[in-house]
Amino acid sequence: MKAEEFLNLLAAAGYDFFTGVPCSIIGDVILLLEKDPRIPYVPAVREDVAVGLAAGAYLGGKTPCVLMQNSGLGQCLNALTSLNLIYKIPSLLIVTWRGYPPKPALERSEGADKDAPEHLVMGKACTKLMDCIGLPYRELSPKNVAKSIEWSREMTSQRQIPVALFLPRGVLQ
Amino acid sequence: MKTTAVLKTIMETLKEELVVAANGRVSREAFALKDRPQNFYMIGSMGLASSIALGLALTQPQRKVVILDGDGNVLMNLGGLPQIGERLPPNLVHIVIDNETYGSTGSQATISRKIPLEKIALASGYPVVEKVTEEKDFKLALERCLEKKGPSFLLVKVEAEEGPEGLPRVSHSPVVIRDRFMETIRRGVLQYAPTLLPSPATGATNAKTF
Repeated sequence: MKAEEFLNLLAAAGYDFFTGVPCSIIGDVILLLEKDPRIPYVPAVREDVAVGLAAGAYLGGKTPCVLMQNSGLGQCLNALTSLNLIYKIPSLLIVTWRGYPPKPALERSEGADKDAPEHLVMGKACTKLMDCIGLPYRELSPKNVAKSIEWSREMTSQRQIPVALFLPRGVLQ
Repeated sequence: MKTTAVLKTIMETLKEELVVAANGRVSREAFALKDRPQNFYMIGSMGLASSIALGLALTQPQRKVVILDGDGNVLMNLGGLPQIGERLPPNLVHIVIDNETYGSTGSQATISRKIPLEKIALASGYPVVEKVTEEKDFKLALERCLEKKGPSFLLVKVEAEEGPEGLPRVSHSPVVIRDRFMETIRRGVLQYAPTLLPSPATGATNAKTF
């Protein structure tokens, strides 16, 4: 899927305030947001600041979406647990999945595509972290993007908590 | 200057402004002095009051938003200052009550004893920066910061005092704090008419003011 199509799906679902910290996996989406006069995008200095900005935008009547790499998820844990979850402030978190765990068969093979060392621990832990704090999430694949974005809107409005969509490399062109 | 006296002046001066109050003593004092639906007491997420308030100020450009912050909070999210300076919301007032300690955990020192937060605010792009050390100067400085086109930054140097044990905790649940805060925003009170931004009356959306 092209970055433009991805962004259009998010906008069509009602997300109207964007903030975050770039990752190469969603680099093109952020470049588009920077130029798009329809949708506000605030480049954040850190991922938990983005979560805070999004929370303020929600209080102000917006439907926020935060973009980040999974390396920034750890930065956000206190904001998610002691702000979003207790005040019931929803946000869609689009979390790029660096250090995506290779499938067992691939892991054994010589040519297994491993990410840089700094991503491997969080790559294995990031979805478990979501389980630990009780945040719903889904893994994006080329086939489920539209449905997953739809699901995120249903979840955020029903449960009024953040949800994460994990985005591995290869889903966006 | 005492923290309670400073916050009392602030709470008596405010009208319909939205307030985001940092965790710890600041929230507890604000709650004890004048609980109002326009107060968002941030009981956790230390450091993020300025960022929550920025998101709010950008999406509610017709309302004045006041951050009641502390030195420990500002230092924990120092990036929050240039984050505000980059967007320059004219409707944002950032008040920092600086007692140079982590007051709620037993008055351990912060580094603001040596580090001038007002200079960081100035370098971060706040067009209005004031520092007050004498109580007699505070009210006028506060009024200037509330009236001028912001974002404005008001650093108030206060005495370090005993912890807030005597102060009640905020008794509303977080969800109640959220609900009444959002309700007061939905009701809407126009208290700030930005001259350089599109007026809501022209049908322009908030997003265009970014």
